[in-house]
Amino acid sequence: MIALRNVTLRLGGRTIVEEITLEVGKAEFVCIVGPSGCGKTTLLRLIAGLIPPSAGRVDYQGRPVTGPRPEIAVVFQDYSKALLPWRDASGNIALALEALRVPKRERQPRIDRLLSLIGLSNDAHKFPVQLSGGMQQRLQIARCLAQDPVVLLMDEPFGALDALTRQVLQDEIQGIVTASGATVVFVTHDLEEAIYLGDRVICVRPHPGRIVEAIEVELPRPRNQLTTRESPAFLQLRRRLFDFIAESER
Amino acid sequence: MSEAAPALRSGWRGAVIPVGAVVLAQLLALASPQQSDILAAPLDIFLAGAGGLFDGTIVAATGQTLIAALAGLAIGVGVGLIFGILLGLSGVLDRLMTFSIETVRPVPSAALIPVSLLVFGFGFRMEIAIVAFSTIWPVLILSRAAVAGIEHRLLEVSRVLGFGLVERVWKIIIPAALPRIFVAFRLATGIALIVAVTVEVTANPLGLGHGMMAAQQSLNPALMLALLVWLGLIGWALNAVLLWAQRTLFGPAAIAEARP
Repeated sequence: MIALRNVTLRLGGRTIVEEITLEVGKAEFVCIVGPSGCGKTTLLRLIAGLIPPSAGRVDYQGRPVTGPRPEIAVVFQDYSKALLPWRDASGNIALALEALRVPKRERQPRIDRLLSLIGLSNDAHKFPVQLSGGMQQRLQIARCLAQDPVVLLMDEPFGALDALTRQVLQDEIQGIVTASGATVVFVTHDLEEAIYLGDRVICVRPHPGRIVEAIEVELPRPRNQLTTRESPAFLQLRRRLFDFIAESER
Repeated sequence: MSEAAPALRSGWRGAVIPVGAVVLAQLLALASPQQSDILAAPLDIFLAGAGGLFDGTIVAATGQTLIAALAGLAIGVGVGLIFGILLGLSGVLDRLMTFSIETVRPVPSAALIPVSLLVFGFGFRMEIAIVAFSTIWPVLILSRAAVAGIEHRLLEVSRVLGFGLVERVWKIIIPAALPRIFVAFRLATGIALIVAVTVEVTANPLGLGHGMMAAQQSLNPALMLALLVWLGLIGWALNAVLLWAQRTLFGPAAIAEARP
């Protein structure tokens, strides 16, 4: 589905990421972890087509990525900046439908369905500033889902939320992704989140950013905030990842 | 909060000084009844103004001044907005144009009167051209700053969604910059009226400015001052309408933001 081959990005004489090779299969949930400044977000932006690589190639379904495309949606971390403050919840979702040139009369039912999917049916006419952080991020996710994405790129989407909201959203995104069969690349600095959500966890080391390890997560789905996180397999993976991060920061 | 609030809050007290001054002037005029080419009693000014309004001369002149000011404003705002948005979006274009803009912009609009007169002759066109020239700059510079200051993430969102330039401008850039662009529009409206009257006073035989000059030259200070008061009222009313529009369109936040 997505293939990066020897991708290197240099900006202003600095090498941000170097010789990245990564394949993401269809309907796979891949998490990328690493210390801050290691180039995780850059990887996501390369896949999204927001920046071209300096060397190597980024392919999507066998063809090189030349720019953003409608079937690849991006969820940004800073939800409050990514929503249009002058449009209400419905209007923000409508933006994606307008981009896809969905005819006007088909928009409202799709907006209603997405709003109920993310539990914002009663807040359709609220503006982003009137919504809590968790609701704003839900709204951004709904706008991305409105694109009917084949690939969902998520850049630390829950990083700015409180722990409880984060867990609720983790389960929601798990359900949504399973139902839609989308391929996900999920950047996070929360190691447990990466194990909990991912089929595979990619570890990136900084200066310059490079992939040093890929860990398969073979925990059964659907996963559960209590039982999964308490299972020995989960704890073992957690230990392995923490050791790895501690080592890379030494 | 709102700029109209202090005037409203002071209520009748705000009227004490102006009303007192008018009454005092009237009393002084009654106490020393002498013919003047400069001054006129408030009552005479009022009568001259009322007369002009009733016989239609002031109404016609007001129409001429407003047509010239608003037509020039429309052109100036249109051109200023287009270039402001383009320069705000493109750093290359901005660097390419800044020198030219900064050399043309400081030309005083009154200095263009002889030039415009030569090109267009007397009439609306020369006045509209000068008003347009002087309103382009505040709109261009403020909208350029407004567009350059738009949240970068929003532009990225529009790229990810695959919007073209026109849609990006229409759906993201203009709404995001609109509160600030409206401030530029208010500023330009004030300038348009000032420049239109200046052109009429100095050269163009049209409108209220010319009316004032004609009254002055025919030694009719009452009518001249009546027109002056009338111009003040028009300027005040235009600003009040725009303030009201700004409040209803963008809420109190926009007005707070407009303050330096």
